[in-house]
Amino acid sequence: MTSVDVERSITVTVNGVPREATLPVRRLLSDALRHDLGLTGTHVGCEHGVCGACTVLVDGTPVRSCLVFAVQVDGASVTTVEGLAREDHQGGQVLHPVQEAFRECHALQCGFCTPGFLVTIAAGLEARDRSAEITEEEVDEIVGGNLCRCTGYANIKKAVRHAAAAMRPEHTGHFGGGDGAW
Amino acid sequence: MKPAPFRYADPGSLDEALDVLVAEGEGAKVLAGGQSLIPLLSMRLAAPATLVDINRVPGLDAVEATGDGVRVGALVRHRALLHDGAAARVQPLLARATANVAHPAIRNRGTTVGSIAHADPSGEMTSVLALTDGAVTVATPSGRSVVGWRDLFVGPLETSLHGPAVVVDAFFPALAPRSGTAFAEVSRRKGDYAVCGAGVVVTLDADRRVERVRASYISVGLVPEVHDLTEAVHGAPADSADWAAAGELARTLVDPDGDLHASADYRRLLVGVLTERTLAEAATEALERTAA
Repeated sequence: MTSVDVERSITVTVNGVPREATLPVRRLLSDALRHDLGLTGTHVGCEHGVCGACTVLVDGTPVRSCLVFAVQVDGASVTTVEGLAREDHQGGQVLHPVQEAFRECHALQCGFCTPGFLVTIAAGLEARDRSAEITEEEVDEIVGGNLCRCTGYANIKKAVRHAAAAMRPEHTGHFGGGDGAW
Repeated sequence: MKPAPFRYADPGSLDEALDVLVAEGEGAKVLAGGQSLIPLLSMRLAAPATLVDINRVPGLDAVEATGDGVRVGALVRHRALLHDGAAARVQPLLARATANVAHPAIRNRGTTVGSIAHADPSGEMTSVLALTDGAVTVATPSGRSVVGWRDLFVGPLETSLHGPAVVVDAFFPALAPRSGTAFAEVSRRKGDYAVCGAGVVVTLDADRRVERVRASYISVGLVPEVHDLTEAVHGAPADSADWAAAGELARTLVDPDGDLHASADYRRLLVGVLTERTLAEAATEALERTAA
């Protein structure tokens, strides 16, 4: 018989690390990440799926973490903004090309929407044919679901183009040791 | 902005899902993609006692395209339907409409069948089910039944389904020969709910003249409707028909409401504009599909 619960214990691999939590079934993934797992990089904006600030990757696919219950990702793999940068094997970290591009292009101001943009753009650029030059339509499609209320979109879109160029196959050697994972 | 407390089950089969729905009674609600339901819960517009999550039920995630039409399982995400080439060949409206459903991150999780069961008149797929004269398959403890779109949609966010029931698939009949389709909508920002949207099907006769024209609108009216616009352009050559006249006719047939986002008059205007625009596009496709 199927169990009907008000609380559950779950195991989720977050940024490559298996994590366990016991939480009420109504806990949104966004709140579970922040409150139960202490990962406050994921920001909570509108809490009804409109703003995109809470976007994370579930099994590699961007989803709104405010529109998924934590119990639903039991057994899954979640990537948050904290998981974008890589260890540089010298005790430090290497920013993801999208993070680097945001810094280069001044694509953030207050930073509230930034984690959602970074995760969304990173997944969007990793999913496309990286050898092709990115089109304006692709850029709009990638960032269209995320809202920014201060910097404006011009520099964010510039950062997408910048990151797409940096992620072309001939350039990936700059980032993460050229293993092509970015 | 947090959902009210509820009980949660994620059954591993359809039979178990129905068992839980029966045991939990009136207050139980099926959860699929949750991209419409979870916002309703967070805004406390709905507070079901129990959520029965069907995401772990096997066998509900297939898209089956045959000569008759496309059957879409209850767990098929919008994204999967959008990129299904075989489905798009059998019924091009599916990919055209799905491309307009919200944003990629929502399409990655939201299901096509779930949005139909949600019965939002602002939803693209409710309208496409109507325009293609489609139906859903409903599983209940006493067996399965097929419910046509006219019998399914009762009002905004309301279907005729009551008691323990799971919509297991939606069936969209194939596009008829010598026909073309188009879909367009106007929204404040790309991916937002449409202020107004239009899906159309144009069918030609063997002489490449207009035989039949049908349209269905988004965010216009309380439930999806299909309007026959044939009389405005019947018998006209497909490449020079007066599509504006069909748009004018459409404006007289719809009865939109005004709200915060658009007045009723503005929606009526958009019905005319989008009808003219989409019909011209659909006719071009119909001509390509009609031997000279």
